[in-house]
Amino acid sequence: MMLIDLAARSLWNRRGLALVTILSIALSVVLLLGVEKVREGTRASFAGTVSGVDLIMGARSGGLQLMLYSVFRIGDAPNNFRWNTYLEFADRPEVEWMIPISLGDSHRGYRVVGTDGNFFEHFQYRDGRGVVFASGVPFQGLFDVVLGANVASQLSYRLGDTILINHGLGTEALAEHAERPFVVTGILEPTGTPVDRSVHVSLEAIEALHVDLAPEAAASPSAALTAMDLTPTTITAALVGLRTPLDTFALQREINQYAGEPLSAVLPGFGLLELWSILEIAESALRIVSAIIVAVSIVGMATILVSILSQRRREMAILRSVGATPLHISLLLLFESVLLAALGTAVGVAGAFAVLVLARPYIERTYGLYLAFGGVGWWEAFLLLLVLTAALIAGLIPAWRAYRQSVADGVSPID
Amino acid sequence: MAIPSLNVERGGKLFISGPSGSGKTTLLNLAAGLIVSKSGRIMIGDRDMAKLSGGARDRLRADAIGLIFQQLNLIPYLSPVQNVCLSTRFSRARHARAGTDPVKKARELLGAMGMHGTVVEGRAAELSIGQQQRVAAARALIGQPTLILADEPTSALDGLSRDQFMTLLFSQAEECGAAVVMVSHDLGLAANFDTMVQLQDIATFGGHHDAD
Repeated sequence: MMLIDLAARSLWNRRGLALVTILSIALSVVLLLGVEKVREGTRASFAGTVSGVDLIMGARSGGLQLMLYSVFRIGDAPNNFRWNTYLEFADRPEVEWMIPISLGDSHRGYRVVGTDGNFFEHFQYRDGRGVVFASGVPFQGLFDVVLGANVASQLSYRLGDTILINHGLGTEALAEHAERPFVVTGILEPTGTPVDRSVHVSLEAIEALHVDLAPEAAASPSAALTAMDLTPTTITAALVGLRTPLDTFALQREINQYAGEPLSAVLPGFGLLELWSILEIAESALRIVSAIIVAVSIVGMATILVSILSQRRREMAILRSVGATPLHISLLLLFESVLLAALGTAVGVAGAFAVLVLARPYIERTYGLYLAFGGVGWWEAFLLLLVLTAALIAGLIPAWRAYRQSVADGVSPID
Repeated sequence: MAIPSLNVERGGKLFISGPSGSGKTTLLNLAAGLIVSKSGRIMIGDRDMAKLSGGARDRLRADAIGLIFQQLNLIPYLSPVQNVCLSTRFSRARHARAGTDPVKKARELLGAMGMHGTVVEGRAAELSIGQQQRVAAARALIGQPTLILADEPTSALDGLSRDQFMTLLFSQAEECGAAVVMVSHDLGLAANFDTMVQLQDIATFGGHHDAD
């Protein structure tokens, strides 16, 4: 249609102002899509951290807290539970496998996870993928250690390097166990889960870290420790895989009502639901802020169009003199609004994907957050449509003002 | 101000003179349907501009009238050809009368006005005032309107371009059979017209105004 053509030429004639407007809308769209991508990424990241686990077991606590410290490695366990209790449940016929997890130590800010061979055999993330060794093998000896991908790459560790493990979770050593160096025997492929930022050792190694050796044994601690019985007395949590998911609720009830000590068990799916309900508050806040920024940029566009209307009186008068009605004039302004918004949105979508591609490695490295590189989904398309609708509505203001002005001016605004 | 009667025939040339502030522009605005008088008639062909609704006035103006102002006639960001074609874009009738290809017709008209080649495809803002007024005349003429209303179209031109402009305007107006009504205080132009009236002579109180 010719009015659209005219609107495009008119904007090109004022390309400086148009560019500023388009950029401001584009930036707000980048923010809007960015928030959505981070939201989706966070959820997918959390949901993909654990897969194929029927129950998570730990000392008595809230289900979400149990999940946070055992799988997401956020926060601390309120308590450990006894190794014998673990063995008792691991022996039950409905349990196919259990992965023990012992937490509480760190290596240069990365958490140390005590576990056993079941971890490498049964642990799954994101749709049933297992952990894969980039190089090396699972730990065998007492002082063997398997590193997550990020730990190895960030600290430039290779197979055969020796590392020291701290007691406690501080970045700086509270009391470095200098006499008990660990040797890297394996490095895992990246998973996009907290496993990448974990240092894996055997349960016995965790015990060994906390043994106070007699002064006469300190001369040769490795030999002395290897000779000791280092069967753990307590562990922090356990991931439980059942033969059939039908037993899940019965076993959960049994764990929760266990007489020997206070325990909790949570279904990962329920824990996630609880997590979403908390995340939703933050998500809504982010969404509201990005919606406000979109609104501000659109109001800015309408303001600019209104503010230059008086400079355009001559242009409108000429159009009126060749037969344009006031309705034509207001439609011209409306098309200008929609064109600006559409260009801004298009630039914004392109920008959002550019930012995503550029920032993804950094975000993944720093936050362990994997942002999916999907196209524009239905939800995003709906949001973009909302942006355009908002622009159309805001565009009614300059359109209406232009209508009034052209009715009042006719073709002779200067007289 | 009231005018008992004022007529121009199809293809006629009417010159209206009068000092500044005597209401010349008002008269043209009335004729173009840009201002509505409370009483009287303004007949364009067989239709009374004063009795039409706003939309119908806009349509009648688009279909039947070509307007030329003193200056600043052109949309600066359109080319001369695009400026000329504007007239056919808001009126189906003029689009139809401009032939199958209005762009070609616009080039022909501009050519007849002495404008050829790249100058008609560039930005209108880059033209001299004389060229701009010729583009405005071509725009007023395209699609064979019945009436050309010109408000001091030569006031910004020097003597030579003024005479050139008038010659071109008249020859093209004759070709498409349009009546030309021009208001100006420059009596030097009056010689080219069939009829000349002084506004202060015909304007009184009461009566009506016809333009045919």
